[in-house]
Amino acid sequence: MASAGEAALQSPAETYRVHYLNAKYGIKSWLLTTDHKRIAWLYFFSTTFFFIVGGVAAAMMRLNLIEPQGFLVEPDTYNKLFTIHGTVMIFFFLAPAVPTVLGNFLIPMMIGARDVAFPKLNLLSWYIFMTAGTCFLYTIIAGGVNTGWTFYTPLSTSYVNTHVFSAAMAVFISGFSSILTGLNFIVTIHKMRAPGMTWSRLPLFIWALYATSFIFVLAMPVIAITMVLVMLERVFHVGIFDPALGGDPVLFQHLFWFFGHPEVYILILPSMGVMSELITAFSRRRIFGYGFVAASSFGIAIISFLVWGHHMFVSGESVYAGIFFSAMSMLVAIPSAIKVFNWTATLYKGSVSFEAPMLYAIGFIGLFTIGGLTGVFLATIGLDVFLHDTYFVVAHFHFIMVGGAIMGYMGGLHFWWPKMTGKMYPDYWARLAAFITFVGFNLTFGPQFILGFEGMPRRYAIYPARFQLLNIMSSAGASILAVGYLMPMIYLAWSIKYGPDAGPNPWKAKGLEWETESPPPVHNFESTPVVTEEAYAYGTEPARAVAVSS
Amino acid sequence: MAESIAIAHAEKKRIYVLVWVTLLCMTALTTGVAYIDLGPWNTVAALAIAIFKASLVVLFFMHARHSEHLVRIVIVCAIFWLLILIGVSMTDFSTRNRVSHPTWFRTNQPSVFHHLEGSPY
Amino acid sequence: MSSEADATILKTSTASSKAHALTVPEQFDDATQQHAAASLGMWVFLATEVLFFGGLLASYTIYRYLYYSAFMIGSHHLDVVWGATNTAVLICSSLTMAMAVRAAQLDKQKHIVFFLVLTLIFGLIFLYIKFFEEWWGEYKEGLAPIHFTYAGLHAPHVELFMFFYYVLTGLHALHMIVGCGIMITLIIMTLRGKFKGGRFNPIENAGLYWHFVDIVWIFLFPLLYLIGGRY
Repeated sequence: MASAGEAALQSPAETYRVHYLNAKYGIKSWLLTTDHKRIAWLYFFSTTFFFIVGGVAAAMMRLNLIEPQGFLVEPDTYNKLFTIHGTVMIFFFLAPAVPTVLGNFLIPMMIGARDVAFPKLNLLSWYIFMTAGTCFLYTIIAGGVNTGWTFYTPLSTSYVNTHVFSAAMAVFISGFSSILTGLNFIVTIHKMRAPGMTWSRLPLFIWALYATSFIFVLAMPVIAITMVLVMLERVFHVGIFDPALGGDPVLFQHLFWFFGHPEVYILILPSMGVMSELITAFSRRRIFGYGFVAASSFGIAIISFLVWGHHMFVSGESVYAGIFFSAMSMLVAIPSAIKVFNWTATLYKGSVSFEAPMLYAIGFIGLFTIGGLTGVFLATIGLDVFLHDTYFVVAHFHFIMVGGAIMGYMGGLHFWWPKMTGKMYPDYWARLAAFITFVGFNLTFGPQFILGFEGMPRRYAIYPARFQLLNIMSSAGASILAVGYLMPMIYLAWSIKYGPDAGPNPWKAKGLEWETESPPPVHNFESTPVVTEEAYAYGTEPARAVAVSS
Repeated sequence: MAESIAIAHAEKKRIYVLVWVTLLCMTALTTGVAYIDLGPWNTVAALAIAIFKASLVVLFFMHARHSEHLVRIVIVCAIFWLLILIGVSMTDFSTRNRVSHPTWFRTNQPSVFHHLEGSPY
Repeated sequence: MSSEADATILKTSTASSKAHALTVPEQFDDATQQHAAASLGMWVFLATEVLFFGGLLASYTIYRYLYYSAFMIGSHHLDVVWGATNTAVLICSSLTMAMAVRAAQLDKQKHIVFFLVLTLIFGLIFLYIKFFEEWWGEYKEGLAPIHFTYAGLHAPHVELFMFFYYVLTGLHALHMIVGCGIMITLIIMTLRGKFKGGRFNPIENAGLYWHFVDIVWIFLFPLLYLIGGRY
């Protein structure tokens, strides 16, 4: 079974093997599939499409900011651009990317199941997601929306005359897609594990996605109902959030950020899970402190629901509440730091190799650490009053979301690409892309920390001339970053047709997903696997294992 | 297998009817209590009765008393997160005026919420 | 964790349950696993529903705290008698729903249909009262936010209360309508013999949903109709 690649050399005729990609053909076999692996591909193409949409909006913004007075778009168009960028990236790329592409593909394989618990529901989630996406694309084509991805009231409910209704509808619908995905994952992880796959043997990617699903299920309904209220207020002009009509706009911010802050952890937690897989595989070591890394995912998920007020320090929120939220926000640093320290400790004395996925992982550690530490700055009330709504905040969350979440996603995609397609991509180009991404990213967002500290506010189409040099650096970095993202699209697509066969386990990694063939058979495994060892049992030679047990 | 589990869990009819009668009595009680002046305790009584009724429905009609631990954890999580949402939001609204308007100051100066007659500020 | 123990029990029971040969979807090993997954899935869904209503309940709580007098005035415009009646109707429907699930557990096909029809009838009575005796009446009084003509004390915040009243009860009624649709589907499925031989996950899950909707109303009744008492 392990020698599928060798067999290919011997006689091509015998190598024709039925797997999930060639078991059925035709557009119907994809659009009506209930196979989690094919649904992962549906999500892959749709989220990549939205990534390009959001990326184009970002590119136009960065182009506009090359000159202090802006040379590309009108200020109002600029407002629409950052709204499109934020909404698309958060709701239609980052939130679904790792869970629905890598998660859908890998959760059943990693726990030794034939599929997720509710395959039809899984497909339904994708259709709901596409409905939401279509709804937002309509918003863009119909003229856009300019409230920012946060839909703050009363701006969104009373003052702007752009397409808030359809945008809110898109967010509302996408919430249900995420809820159903989260529900499916929770049930799958609880009820579908193979014999012997105990909780303490679960790969940490599963733990991270479990924590993510937990947030999906508890946070998404709140944004859904909040969007309903926004739509109702917009249509019926009832003063639920508009102070002129008797409502309280800060209430909207409470409801929004009750969802919004956990949402940030929806974006980063899955990538943290990917990190644990990458670090162990490429340093050939067990994870340092398995229990702590697993528990910290949950710590982050739970604390994330108690920190939302740190987005509102300058909103008129009570100072007492502010103190509470500030303290809780700093607490999140503890589980996050546990993860970073444990990954670093895993590297220590490991036999580290630097294939492309590992380069992304190393990039993640550094960038996430910077993003996380600047988060502690922003959790400090006094400093936040100074830095609120400046480019410092923009840089901070892009270090988390781009430097953290997307780096993790790219790393994971490169790691599991041979498993998903059965083909290997050119390693040289992949390493180069990882390096270019890292350089481009730092050049884009590094200067924004300085810009923010010097007082440049976010969400403006124009700025004072003294900020121009740093803005040009940032825009230049963005173009390098774009190259870093375009390259994988080309060589990964190339690899599907021309890449060499990867074989079942090109990285010699541990985990059930590597024990089956690449691409996997329709039901993942020839027979239900039985798990007898811990996760990441690297370097456990039989002799040593005997010595330990005797 | 599924059948035997199910039969083991089927409640006696008598219990369902008893729960039903209790729920109806509690509905009458909560309506009746509303017509007695208990001050702020009216709200407390109404909520206490509602919680009691809901618990009966969850435990008996929804079989939570026979269900696995996991289901109980789900129930507790749902309630706990609802309380986080309501409770932590309230920490803002219930303390918003405390610092900017200390008591000695409030007598001269209208509160931010002065237009809200009947609010507890 | 106990779920590990459950998992082992599930595995050991696999062999014995194979003999029953109930057809289960391919991703499951056996009917026990399917039942456990379906049940857990429903409970998790209900947890999201709690938070879905939770956003509204949190807003309601905060505004009730800020505008207590206005909310009391608004509450006194609602009809307690119809509210209490509807509570009773829903409680009766919950009993019949529980009996329907019990009948399914005991594999008594005729009883399932009987109790599901009763549940459906109670649900429709609730919706009738809600639409024609309450909402329509309040609309005619000029209390509905789309046609708000009340001009007494605290009018803007009374309107806010009425908005919450309509949205909360409206969302609840929407759940009831969905529930009635589910009841009709289940009745047809039962008549076609889909739930014979101990396969009753859909009925059990519909029961959980129905009871949840009942619980929402159990809270909505005092929260909306009984603010500040009626003395």
